[in-house]
This record gives sequence, structure tokens and C-alpha cells, in this order.
Amino acid sequence: MTTTATTPDAPALELRTISKAFGAVVALSSASLTLRRGSIHALVGENGAGKSTIVKIIAGLYQRDTGDFDLDGESVNFTSTAQSKAAGIAVIYQEPTLFPDLSVTENIFMGRQPTLSLGRIDRKLMRSQALGLFARLGVRIDPDRPTQGLSIADQQIIEIAKAISLDATVLVMDEPTAALSGVEVDRLFAVARSLRDEGRALLFISHRFDEVFDLCDTVTVMRDGEYIDTSPIADTTVDEIVRRMVGRDVTTLFPKQDAVIGDEVLQVSGLTEAGVFHDVSFGVRSGEIVALAGLVGAGRSEIARAIFGVDPYSSGTVSIGGARVPKRNPAAAMRLGLALVPEDRRKQGLVLESSVARNTTMAIRRSLTRFGLLFSPAENRAAREWASRLEVKSAALDTEVGTLSGGNQQKVVLAKWLATNPRVLIVDEPTRGIDVGTKAEVHRLLSRLAGQGMAILMISSELPEVLGMADRVLVVREGRITAEIDRADATAESVMFAATHQEVVA
Amino acid sequence: MSAVATETTGSRVTSALGSFVKARETGILLALVLIVVVTTAKNPNFLFSNDGFRDLLLTPSILLLVAVGQAIVIITRNVDLSVGSTLGLTAYLTGRLFIDVPGIPIIVVFVAGVVFGGFLGLINGALVAFARVPALVITLGTLYAYRGINVLWTGSDRINASDMPKPFLALGTQSILFIPVLTIIAVVVLIAAGWYMRNQRGGRELYAIGSDPDAANLYGLNVTRRVLVAFVVCGALAGLAGVLYAARYGTVNSQAGSGFELEAVGAAVIGGVAIFGGSGTVWGAAIGAYLLFTINRALPILGVQDFWQRAVVGVLIIGAIVLDRLLAQRQSRKLVEARDPE
Repeated sequence: MTTTATTPDAPALELRTISKAFGAVVALSSASLTLRRGSIHALVGENGAGKSTIVKIIAGLYQRDTGDFDLDGESVNFTSTAQSKAAGIAVIYQEPTLFPDLSVTENIFMGRQPTLSLGRIDRKLMRSQALGLFARLGVRIDPDRPTQGLSIADQQIIEIAKAISLDATVLVMDEPTAALSGVEVDRLFAVARSLRDEGRALLFISHRFDEVFDLCDTVTVMRDGEYIDTSPIADTTVDEIVRRMVGRDVTTLFPKQDAVIGDEVLQVSGLTEAGVFHDVSFGVRSGEIVALAGLVGAGRSEIARAIFGVDPYSSGTVSIGGARVPKRNPAAAMRLGLALVPEDRRKQGLVLESSVARNTTMAIRRSLTRFGLLFSPAENRAAREWASRLEVKSAALDTEVGTLSGGNQQKVVLAKWLATNPRVLIVDEPTRGIDVGTKAEVHRLLSRLAGQGMAILMISSELPEVLGMADRVLVVREGRITAEIDRADATAESVMFAATHQEVVA
Repeated sequence: MSAVATETTGSRVTSALGSFVKARETGILLALVLIVVVTTAKNPNFLFSNDGFRDLLLTPSILLLVAVGQAIVIITRNVDLSVGSTLGLTAYLTGRLFIDVPGIPIIVVFVAGVVFGGFLGLINGALVAFARVPALVITLGTLYAYRGINVLWTGSDRINASDMPKPFLALGTQSILFIPVLTIIAVVVLIAAGWYMRNQRGGRELYAIGSDPDAANLYGLNVTRRVLVAFVVCGALAGLAGVLYAARYGTVNSQAGSGFELEAVGAAVIGGVAIFGGSGTVWGAAIGAYLLFTINRALPILGVQDFWQRAVVGVLIIGAIVLDRLLAQRQSRKLVEARDPE
């Protein structure tokens, strides 16, 4: 069948062999996607497969390097979000993007408020339209309150109301259900179906396969920035999709060697901070890797940060080998043998403008000083040892860390913390955004460290990583540990189920 | 969370917040009234003499114009420190025009001052919007640059009252129905700005940009253009203030308007304009301007020593910021706890 421009058969939106690189990092190498009217299309892939980059290209936030981008059969080149909006594309981002100081109504209509004479904003009409949108969505949100302090679910609803009010022909939803409860998801799906029946094209990005199968009619799989396959939902299965997503054998990639499991080193009990996490209790033994699994935004990083003392908590205790770790005092936590490799290495883990040597010795400065002064030879000696142990690939120790690849940057952060000789290592998303080869190296390293008796708490959003590395999986959902699963019983399904469903009892 | 719970906590919070916002501006208005009443009780001339009433309205009018412009810029999460220098340059320009172009119509001088001030604002805005350097740094630079140009141009010269036509000077002192002309001009500008900021898309977008610049980009708002316009308006109002400064004081040297930038920022902050943008009103900034100048005039009458007068202004500014911070923290804690299951 041939499709020519502007025939009814022309796809609402079509991307062909799109590529996009950020400096040395290739986010998309060859991505393709075809959205049709009256269809809900799922886009799936592991974290880092390039889904969000595609969304941002569609939204006009990023510009593609190469490839074709057609809308209704016409080639388009968006250079701003305003242009894509004007062309009838509405995007709901993973993170709601609202103006906290402004009212709910203003957030929905900002930039295109209904006006009276002299350009005066018609507040009454605007408010009643907002109420109309909420009625259609079946929710009740006070249209006059500021959006500051609204739950993520309510903020998401406002984003959706905004998209609907735009009367968009293409609606992109980037993990809209990540923070929604069952009822809220049902409500959202009902709206999505009615939009589909009106002849709009929807793109739905989600990690929850039950939702994909429930809602969508077509699914496109991406892996490592590449288009893999598109097929009708009816002709495929979860297993098939997962195989395409991963594209490799899960178990061989993440080998955790058996280690001698010793005494409990890290004890966390009853950790609570209102609105963030509740009654979090667990322990990590020496030689053990415990994974904190769950959806993005479930509160895992916040728990880790609270344990390390960066963030506050209102009640509960943390101890290492029986010694209490004081609240809000990372320096004391470090002295007790705690190390935290943070989630965002560029912002929280490294000083990008500083050298590899400086960054590597950052956490052990004090012990390297002579008479209170820090000499470069001592710094370089320590750095050289760790850089070679972790096989950091850089031209020289004085190379700026910012110029290294993501994988090597991560090794520098790990080296920095391993230099402190910790008893408990907390790693938050240790392999996010790094290439497959380095990923395996990081996994081997973590496994070796556990073998040497270190207690490791690993936060990871990549299921294969969790299943491959962890001796025990703790699943966090909305700030609570909802399940504890042993290595033997842990499967993608059991972890995902606990991460997404309320009724699971640990 | 149930939808019903959302509604009730939502509207409660909103109404609390609504009254709080009102209280923020009525609060300083009350403080202003209190100062006037107390000072008048001590010395009835403060309000009830002819000059007293006129001065009360007249003196802060020029600062009011600058503070309104400043508030508009601060609402976009920027700041303009060059307004004092802009005022100085336009004030001198005003005098020069009367000397160099004999018989020039007064209205042309006004237009020239506003356009020139707007042009200086455009330079600020362009540097901020396109060079992507924080406004604090850019306008600190132009504060000195504009003043430098002023010194270069003026030298040791000075504009005197005798250089300017009588009808022009009369604008600075005359009253219509007991209300000084200057104050009428300032209030008209204030009403126009207040109306625009509340009722026009452009005004609302300025709030949106200050509330979250990244979100504003994602919304497809034209952030660059809006910020540019905010700076132009701020410069133009400082230019208008410069013309009125010449009319009011009659003498203009190269240091006219020094320090006005800080008074303007102070007035806006005292008036409840959040220094990180997104909230506050030009009305608040205007009342803040009146409060600042009135306190300065009231303190000597109340017997407060010279030295303490500046300190009191400082305490007022810090107090306003601390109060905002505390209220914001309490507010967000309440909002979070309200939606928390426990």
C-alpha cells in the first residue's frame, strides 16, 4: 500500500531513522516511530533506551541530528515547544511541569487564556472551562488553589486537562501513571480511550506491561537508542516484548558471585519523614547486596539520602555495626564507614571542572594532608592506585572529569568512595546512562566488593540489574517497603507487581 | 486520596492563602497608616499642615515609579540594579534638552526621557536574555557603566532650576485638588501596571516565568521576549522618574538618583514581591515605597537618632524576607501534611 502526503492514511506522526547525540553520548542512533489516528501506541524500552529523548524531539525541545520527522505527511522542523504545540502536539512529561505560585486554572490556560475586550483575561470563563475539564476527567480539584503542594497524581491530572484543552491531535504521555493509584489510572485510561475514539493519536510510554496490554493497540520496542520492532498488541506477548527490550540473556549479564554472608552491618529501623517515606526498616549483612527496587519517585533515593544524613528524617534510627549514625551528619556517617554513591553523578558525585585525581581523593583529603597542607604527589599517588584498580580510562590524572564518558565518570565516583574504605556502600543507580561494557565492569566490581565482605545497598530502576545482582530485593512503593523478596523467588513479575500494587503484603 | 478530601482541603488552603495574600499587602498598608497616625499624634504638622500632607504624598512618588518597574522585573526572577543610574542619566538629559533646544515642548521631553530610559532597559534586557548571564551581574555592570557615562557627560556641570521652564518645574510641586501632580502621574502608572499584571496574558506570563522558568519554556511561552519587555518597561519607568526628578528637585548633577536601585528593590521586597519571582504585586511594591520614605521622615519626628534610621529600614527589609520565608515554609509543610496519609 502506498501512502502519499495528506491522504487519510498518512500517519498522524512519523519519525524515521532519527539520531541525536549530546557531545560524545549517543542518545538515539536510529529511532523510528509511526503514530496513527484513532490509535494508542505504546513505546517501551529499558531505562536509557532513548524514549524520553524521542518525546523531547517530538515536543520541539530537542532538535534531531539526522532523520525525518513528518506530521500529517508534511516534514516539520520544530525549534521550540511553542511550534510543536501550535502544530497540535501535546506532551505530558514524566515530571509535571507546573508553575507552583499560580492557580490550577492559570496553569491549565497559561499563554492562551480566553480574553474579553482589550485583551482582558476572562477569569470567569477560564474557571468554568477548568471545572468542565475536571468534570470530564471525573476529578474534583479546587481550580483556585495554587499548584504548590498538590500530589503528583493531581498535578498529572492538571497536565492532562491542559493537553485536552489544547485540543491536540497528537498526545504524548511519558509515564503518566508512574505515580498514580489504581483508581486514578482507570480514570486516566477512560479519558485516553475517549480521546482515541475522537480520532486522536496517542503515544503512551510505560514500564507497566499490564497497562500497555490493557490500553494500547500497537507497541514499538526500543533498545539502546535504536528502533527494534513494532507489532500489534494482539500478536505479541509480554515475554516477547521483554526479550526484544533486553536483547540479551538477563542472567549472564549481571553475575553476582556467591559470597559469605556475615553479620548484619547496617540496621535501619522505623525511618519516617512525613510525606516522603514511612516506617522503613531493614538490615544489610556483610557480603550481601540488597536492592531497593521500585518505580522512579517511590522514595528510594530519599531513603538512601536520609540514611547517609544528607536529608532529614523525623523518627527512626540508623546504625552501623551497632553504633548509632547521627541524623543529618554525613561526616559522622563517613567516619562510621558509610559511603553513598549518588544518583546524579554529574551534579552530586563529581566536581566536573576538577581533575580525575582531585575528584578521586575528594573524600579522603584529610588523611592525605601533611601539616594541614595537601600536596599533589600524595593526591596523585592515592588517585593513581584507585584509578588503576577501577580501570578508569583517561589520558592522565589531571584530565577534567567532565570530559570523560559516563562510565568512566561513574568509576571515578566509585573510586572516591571506595578510597574511604567503607563498611557499607550505598549505590544509587550505579549504571544509569553508561555503556553496556562498563556496566558489566561495575557489576563485577560490586560483586567483588561484596565478596570481600562489604555490605552493599543498591538502588536500581533496571529490573535485570536488580534480579541479577541482589541477594535480596526490597520493593519500595510510595515511601514504604511493600515486599521483601529473596534472590531465589525474585522475578521481574514479582518485583514489578509489588512496585505497582497496593494490596501486596510483605 | 479521595477526590472529596482533595476538594475540601484544597479550598480551605486556598481561602487561607487568599486571605494571606491580602494580609500581606493590607499588612504593610496598616503599618503605613500606623506610622502616619503615631507620628501625627506626636506632631500634628506631619499630616495636617499643608506642606505635611503634600510631602507625604509627593516625596515617595518618584520611588513608586521605579519600584513598580523593579517589581515587574523581580516577578520574572530577575533584578535591575541599574535603575538609579538610568534615572540619573534621564534627569540630566531632561535638563540638557531644555538648555540645548530652547522652547522644546514639555511633552517631547517626557517622551524623550521615557524612550531613553526604555533604551537603557533594552540594553539590560538584551544582555540578560541573550548572553544568559544572571541579571544581578549584568545590571551591576550597567549600574556602573551608565553612571560612568553620566559623569563623563555631566562632568562638574549641574542643571539648575533656572535652566528649566517654569511650567515644567511647576509639575514637580503643583497640586490638583490637594493631590500633587507627581502623585497623580505615579498612581496612573501604578493602576495601569497593576491592571496589566493581573488581567493581561503578558502579565500572567511574567508571573509564570518567574515561578518556574524551565516550565515556562516547556509551555512554549516566549520567555526571552517577555523578559526583554519587562526590562524595557522597568527602564522606561526609571526614565519617566528621571524626568520627574528634574521637575521636582530643579537641580541635577552627575550623582542624581544614586542609591535608588536599592530603595526600589527594598520597596518591592517590603511590599511582598518574592525575590525569587512568581509572586507579589506592583501594588505591594508601591505601598512599600511609601512605607520606606514615610518611615524615613517619621523617625526624626519620633525622636529616633539619625544613625538608627537606616538600621530601621534594614530591619524592615530583613523582617519582610524572614516573614515571607517562614510563612512559605509553614504553608508548604501544611500542604504536604494535608495530602499525607498519616
